[in-house]
Amino acid sequence: MATVAPSSQDRVSDPGPAPSAGSPLISVRDLWMVFGPKAAAVPQNQELCGLSRRDLMQRTGNTIAVRDVSFDVAPGEVFVVMGLSGSGKSTLVRCLTRLIEPTAGSVVFEGENLLEADPKRLRDLRRHKFSMVFQNFGLLPHRRVIDNVAYGLEVRGAGKAERRQRAGEVIDLVGLGGYENSYPDQLSGGMQQRVGLARALAVEPDLMLFDEPFSALDPLIRRDMQNEVIRLHRELGKTMVFITHDLSEALKLGDRILIMRDGKPVQIATGDELVARPADDYVRDFVSDVPKGDVLTLRWIMRPVTDADPDEGPELGPDVVVRDATRVVLESHRPVRVVQDGKLLGIVGQDEILSIVAGAR
Amino acid sequence: MRENVKARRVVTGAAVLALFLSGCGGETIESGSDGGGSGSGENCGTVNLAVNPWVGFEADVAVVKYVAEEELGCTVNTKDLTEEVSWQGFASGEIDVILEDWGHPELEQQYVEDQKVAVKVGESGNVGQIGWFVPPWMKEKYPDITDWNNLNKYADLFKTSESGGKGQLLDGDPSFVTNDEALVKNLDLNYKVVYSGSEAALITAFRQAEEKKEPLLGYFYSPQWFLAEVPLVKVDLPAYEEGCDADPEKVACDYPETPLLKFARKEFMDSGSPAANLVQNFSWTNDDQNLVAKYISEDKMDYDAAAQKWVEENPDKVEAWIK
Amino acid sequence: MTVLTASRAAFTRPGRGRLIVAVVGVFVVLAAILRGTHTLSLVPSDTTALHRWFNEVNRWVSSNRNESPLFLYFFNEIRAFVGSLTTFFQDLIAQPSYGRPVPIIGWLGVVAILTLLALVFANLRVALLVVAGFSFIGLQGLWEESMQTLALTLSAVFLALLIGIPLGIWAGLSDRVHAVLSPVLDFLQTMPTFVYLAPFTLLFLIGPASATLVTLVYALPPAVRYTAHGIRSVPRASVEASESLGANGFQRLVGVLLPMSMRTVVLGLNQTIMAALSMATVAALIDAPGLGKTILKALQTLDVGTSFNAGLAIVVMAIVLDRLTTAASRRAPVQQQPRWRRPLLIGAGLAALFCVYLSRTYVWAAEFSTGSTIGDDIARLSSTFSDWVTSTFSDLTGWLKDTTTALLLDPLQTLLVESPWWLVAALLLALAFLLGNLQATVVTAFCVAGLVLSGLWQDSMTTLAATLLATAATLLLGVAVGVWMARSPRADLIIRPVLDALQVMPPFVYLVPFLALFAASRFTAILAAVLYAAPVVIKIVADGIVAVSPTAVEAAIASGSSTWQTIWKVQLPMARPALVLAANQGICYVLAMIVVGGLVGAGALGYDVVAGFSQGELFGKGLTAGLAIVVLGIMLNRITQAAAERRRNA
Repeated sequence: MATVAPSSQDRVSDPGPAPSAGSPLISVRDLWMVFGPKAAAVPQNQELCGLSRRDLMQRTGNTIAVRDVSFDVAPGEVFVVMGLSGSGKSTLVRCLTRLIEPTAGSVVFEGENLLEADPKRLRDLRRHKFSMVFQNFGLLPHRRVIDNVAYGLEVRGAGKAERRQRAGEVIDLVGLGGYENSYPDQLSGGMQQRVGLARALAVEPDLMLFDEPFSALDPLIRRDMQNEVIRLHRELGKTMVFITHDLSEALKLGDRILIMRDGKPVQIATGDELVARPADDYVRDFVSDVPKGDVLTLRWIMRPVTDADPDEGPELGPDVVVRDATRVVLESHRPVRVVQDGKLLGIVGQDEILSIVAGAR
Repeated sequence: MRENVKARRVVTGAAVLALFLSGCGGETIESGSDGGGSGSGENCGTVNLAVNPWVGFEADVAVVKYVAEEELGCTVNTKDLTEEVSWQGFASGEIDVILEDWGHPELEQQYVEDQKVAVKVGESGNVGQIGWFVPPWMKEKYPDITDWNNLNKYADLFKTSESGGKGQLLDGDPSFVTNDEALVKNLDLNYKVVYSGSEAALITAFRQAEEKKEPLLGYFYSPQWFLAEVPLVKVDLPAYEEGCDADPEKVACDYPETPLLKFARKEFMDSGSPAANLVQNFSWTNDDQNLVAKYISEDKMDYDAAAQKWVEENPDKVEAWIK
Repeated sequence: MTVLTASRAAFTRPGRGRLIVAVVGVFVVLAAILRGTHTLSLVPSDTTALHRWFNEVNRWVSSNRNESPLFLYFFNEIRAFVGSLTTFFQDLIAQPSYGRPVPIIGWLGVVAILTLLALVFANLRVALLVVAGFSFIGLQGLWEESMQTLALTLSAVFLALLIGIPLGIWAGLSDRVHAVLSPVLDFLQTMPTFVYLAPFTLLFLIGPASATLVTLVYALPPAVRYTAHGIRSVPRASVEASESLGANGFQRLVGVLLPMSMRTVVLGLNQTIMAALSMATVAALIDAPGLGKTILKALQTLDVGTSFNAGLAIVVMAIVLDRLTTAASRRAPVQQQPRWRRPLLIGAGLAALFCVYLSRTYVWAAEFSTGSTIGDDIARLSSTFSDWVTSTFSDLTGWLKDTTTALLLDPLQTLLVESPWWLVAALLLALAFLLGNLQATVVTAFCVAGLVLSGLWQDSMTTLAATLLATAATLLLGVAVGVWMARSPRADLIIRPVLDALQVMPPFVYLVPFLALFAASRFTAILAAVLYAAPVVIKIVADGIVAVSPTAVEAAIASGSSTWQTIWKVQLPMARPALVLAANQGICYVLAMIVVGGLVGAGALGYDVVAGFSQGELFGKGLTAGLAIVVLGIMLNRITQAAAERRRNA
């Protein structure tokens, strides 16, 4: 998945450029979501913003769910928002389509600030441009699978034949062929979420939002579903914003990952960058259990070239994952040269590899 | 597939059963079979009688209804209502006659004097007597208990959980006005008025008291069907004199004997219907009423049967009503 | 009672408990010193200016009902509409109509249609129950009366749904509407029927319209409440999903909210039917035909047997309708129904049609032949039984009554009734503040002011004493039996139908045996209230405890808790929301029986209401007493609710 070159960004408030060329599909700037009385005043008040959650609650009765978040998502990118429960990630994703009305900031989608859209326009966008997959599926128990999938099309006024056909296609796409006439409660959790997925896909959205879609599922089924999303992304190339509290899921799916804590963005980076260069102790603690060899690429472990290094030896690209390079490095008599576009970037020797694989970093 | 067969079998079964039943046939329904009366006056029309919730009233209604239907050929509707609501019926035209009224000066003022929708038709012949009663066994055991002057002597007998250390005077049929609080106070009796709240409660209390030979002093009234079952004994309070109950605060005398009244809707009385004539003439004694009430309550006869029995036994009285 | 439970709650906060004890202590001492002063007493036959003013209003309405445009164009229109609706149902199943000596549909047709409904919406078992139940009613000799009651119930339920569902949807969607409607519904449910019987006949005249409307007042609240609750409890995820796909308000309502709250709405239908049925007896007081009339007539001659027979018919009808609607609300979704259902249903439909035809053609299918003596047997047996019970146990019960009254009721009542009103008011306010919060105190202040202004302070305090005791007894009984039922499915299986029967059996039926056992006394009234309120409370407690997470119970047992500890430390605390609900419902149901209490010797507000209904001069006083009952209800519920909240937050 991680096909994009990392562009390291240390300052989190800086959203970072879109990883691929062209303008971002959705661009979030200075987004705030404050619950409680007189919420709008809080983002502007420096002093209040400085308070801890508990202090703010005691003083004004406000809770800040999303605190000054900015990021861009490029077309075709899978952007993951990760955090523990209460970090504001679910609120954030709802703010994107204004299922929850943000307190301040802007959300620019295809050049249009969503926060200024009137209800009709907003509904229009929801009908055609976005779709969402929910943690608890949010299926309609009184409708058959096919009618659940077709719901979005029905809402936007598509004819019956059209929506049946389209829904049938999508059901096949997510591997639910044969279950069209079942009711949701006759399906297992994983299959129910496939219905949720199909429903989101059916409207051919430009942007798909996933709110912890797999956290209610068994680990094995979760893995299947993650692979399913990867497959769909490869086949359809949809832009996705994916919310999760599971780091391995984030690393597996995300082109880039936004880590949130207490409503605040902590770091936006690619998976390997997060592991290699955590922005603070919080993130470091987070990623400490990650098997680094599976995530890090040579780029992050290579050492600068010294004069002592031989001019020859096996060459590997900087984006080769450590695990894949291990055998080459260990079997080689000479250190491996990390080369990109014919240019020598650094050296990876047995020491570097071993320090990662042995987890002694 | 097997289930389908089963279903088909059930359906066929039902159909066969249905055919069988219809084949059986039976008496068919003919429309418009309402016989109507056999009496003389075909122009009587409809009479709406209020039925207030006590058996004596039902006895009145039973007999009047029977006579009106059988002798005069009227259509009689009866409506079970409390007094207050019955009076409302005069104004709305839904009630034509109230056969037994125990005295509702305010309602009379409102509907007879002010709105002029009702008229006082006269007395029903029954005389209402409100008073304090004891079960008959007490009269035998304590012969002097029927004199109010001795009530304080026996106050201890009547103590209950409700009377707070004093003797209990069981009151409180919600339909009747009572002076008992004032009486107790003004006669200096060591009693407390306890509100039973319903006729059923009063009757049950007296029935229990007689059965188990328990003391009980209570508010009661005649005519009442229960007196045929247990002849309660009245306690004599200071005799009633005209005007002694004028100030409710200062009452110290017995309740007056109340001639019970008939009221009717003015339009109905003016209509010249033979039923109006019947209502005008209807009059009978307490014993008559108690007898019919007993037919209804004790012997569990329905209205018509009870009325028929009495009418057949008293042809001359009925004759006088419809002449 | 509320005082007792809640004070225990307060002990969790050091100081507060001691404060409450101190307040009560001071109150008792002052009460002893000041006893008999400022008690605001009023003799039952006396009235105040306020009461007389209500009388005037009453009189004005009566005099002007034929001229005022309010009547000509509003009340009379309603009356015409409701009246014809009710008459339609009556013509349909209950009374001779269209020049025929029988209703449009005879008994066979009615049973067939109901059975068909049971097959379509429930299952075969319920269908058999319908056949058995209604045949039994027919055999009791009460077919026509039962159909009158059913017709009245149907028209009231129809209107309740017509009005209640839209209102419920509105209240489900809007918090503000919800906040406004809730107290109104409380008011409708606590206001004693006796109070508005007479005014309703003034507004809508005697007849089917009034009977239906009186029933409607009581049947409407559950229809609104359950619909609102159903809408509100649709999972957020489903609503969000539909929103995220751009559904507009209407699409959301029709596509998501309504279908997903259907089960709750059907449960509401169930409660609506039960409420309507329970009102059918009282509506008989304004000439509503049916079983209620049979019961009230029998009451006049203390005919326990006949009234029990009719009461039993109501119970049977209620249980059949209850099972029918409950099964309908739990019905398996269409897809899980076997394939052979369809032809079966079509067949059943045809058979039902045929039965209807028969019931229109043949006398035997139209009129339930009353050859059976079951009704008389039931009447005779039950009255023999009642006589036996009353003669055998009346000494024992008399002792029970005297002891309870002397030890519990009298002291409590003396404190509340014989103390100066301002002292009691101060106590109530202090308790509201200490147990609850400021808001509860403000509400209590308004309530106290209302009671003082009503001129019925002393009666209110007498009623309050009885209410507190009855609620306490109800809750004790509720917890004891509820826990038992929750822990033993077998007990549940046996007790539940008894509770169902108790809940719908009109109290007028057991009035006479009760009076014979306990005499006309406050104790009898308390007992009647407990008997009426306990079934609901027991069910709520039992269901609440069953709903406690089995994991928590398992964990408790695993850590070595005894049965008692499991109940006391795990199940009851975890069922707390259910207990709070039980307390609130307990209070409501106890208050609903105050009027019946007035009929059996409780005096006070209940008697005022009854007398106000019977005597025109006391109309205003009865109305005021009815309002006082409502005020008492609001006060008690506010304080208990606030106490419960405080404990949760503590």
